[in-house]
Amino acid sequence: MISKKVNSVQEALSGITDDMIIMLGGFGLCGIPENSINHLVKMGVKNLTCISNNAGVDDFGLGLLLQKKQIKKMISSYVGENEEFERQMLSGELEVELIPQGTLAERCKAAQGGFPAFFTPAGYGTEVADGKETREFNGKMYVLETAFDADFAIVKAWKGDEAGNLIFRGTARNFNPCMCGAAKITIAEVEEMVPLGGLDPDCIHIPGIFVQRIFQGERYEKRIEQRTVRPAKTAL
Amino acid sequence: MPLDKIGIAKRIAKEVKDGYYVNLGIGIPTLVANYVPTEINVEFQSENGILGMGPFPFEGEEDPDIINAGKQTITTLPGASFFDSALSFSMIRGKHVDLTILGAMEVSEEGDIANWKIPGKMVKGMGGAMDLVASAENIIVAMMHVNKAGESKLLKKCSLPLTGVKCVKKIVTELAVLEITPHGFKLLERAPGVSVEYIKSVTEGYLEVEGLIPEMEID
Repeated sequence: MISKKVNSVQEALSGITDDMIIMLGGFGLCGIPENSINHLVKMGVKNLTCISNNAGVDDFGLGLLLQKKQIKKMISSYVGENEEFERQMLSGELEVELIPQGTLAERCKAAQGGFPAFFTPAGYGTEVADGKETREFNGKMYVLETAFDADFAIVKAWKGDEAGNLIFRGTARNFNPCMCGAAKITIAEVEEMVPLGGLDPDCIHIPGIFVQRIFQGERYEKRIEQRTVRPAKTAL
Repeated sequence: MPLDKIGIAKRIAKEVKDGYYVNLGIGIPTLVANYVPTEINVEFQSENGILGMGPFPFEGEEDPDIINAGKQTITTLPGASFFDSALSFSMIRGKHVDLTILGAMEVSEEGDIANWKIPGKMVKGMGGAMDLVASAENIIVAMMHVNKAGESKLLKKCSLPLTGVKCVKKIVTELAVLEITPHGFKLLERAPGVSVEYIKSVTEGYLEVEGLIPEMEID
C-alpha cells in the first residue's frame, strides 16, 4: 500500500503558492472542501485562478477567498448568490470565465484521462464558441474544448482510506471525482478516514492512484443553501 | 383568460409520457413535477448528479448532501441513483434524457433560445443550459409570451446572446402552445378565452395558424 495520508490541512496544502491554478470540487455549497478553503484563507495565497462550478456565498465556501481578494480569476458555470463576487466582477477586479457546466466537467475529465481536447455540441452557435475550432460530425456541429491544466485539485469525499481511495455521498459527489487526478497534485479531504480494508474495493468511487494527499477534515459545517421542506409528518 | 404559472406547468405536465427521463430547469419547469399524472412512471434527473429525484424532505429530515440543481434540499425515490457531474452530462449530451423543460428570455422562430445573459446586467452564468439544449431531442420551453415591457419574447431572431441554436421543439406560454416548424411558430392550442388575433399581436415571429385552434385543456 502506498500511503497518501497526511496529518493536517497545513501539510495537505503545502506547496500552494500565489498565482496558481486550483480546481475545487462542489456544487453550490454541497460537497465543497470546507477545511481546505478555510485554510487557504489563513495561508493568504493570492492571485489564484479557481476552477469551480460555483463561487460560494458571501460568508462560506469560495466566498471567503473572495472577501480576502485572494482570487484573480474564476472559471465557473454559474456564479449567482454572492454579492461580493458581483461587486468584484462588475468593478473589473475579478476576471470571470463562464463555461457550460458539462464542458466544465469534461475539461476536468479530459485532464484526468489524458485527452488534450474534445468536441462537444454545447455552446455551438453561441459566444462560448467564439474563437474556437468547430467541426461537423454526422451533420451536427461541435466545438473544440481543451483539457484544464491546473496545479492542484482539492476535493471533498465522504470516506477515504490511507491508500487515497474515496467514496462520496449523495449529490456531494458532483465535480469531486472528475477533478481527482486532473491536476498535478490532488488533495482529498474526507469526513471520515477509515482503516485500510474498511472500504469495499467494489464500492470505491475513486481509486487512490488519482490522489496524492488525503486527510480527515477537522470539522464540517455542511451549510444548506436553500432549505426546502414539506410540513413535518404528524403523528398518527 | 391567460394561464398562471401553475397553469403553464399543468399543461406541460401533459407532455410527459410514461417511461420518460426528464430534466427540469429552475422556475416554472420545477413545478411540472407536481402535476405529472401518478399513473405514469417518470424519473427526474437533476444535473448536479441525481436520477430518481423525489419531493422536498419533511421538516427536520433535510440532508445537506442531497440537493437539486437549484441547490434546494430534496429526497430520493426508490430506484434513485447518484453520479458525478461528467456522467450526468453524458446522460444529457448523449441523448439519454428524453425531455428537457426549461425557461427562456427569448425564442426565435427557428428554435434558437436565449436564456442566460442580458448584456450590461450581472451575468450569473449558463449553468447546464447550453449542454442541455445542445443535444436534447425534445426541448419544451416554459415562459411568458411577453416580457415586462410588454414586448414579444417569440421573435424572428433572438436579440440576446444565444444559449443554443435551432433546438427548441415546443413552447408553452400563458397564452398558447406552439411548435417550431420550418415555417416558424405553429399555433397548436390557445389559452381558454384567448383569441388567435391576440396571440398573433404579441408574437413577433411568423405565426402559422392552420384551421381552428382548440383551447388548451388544463386539469
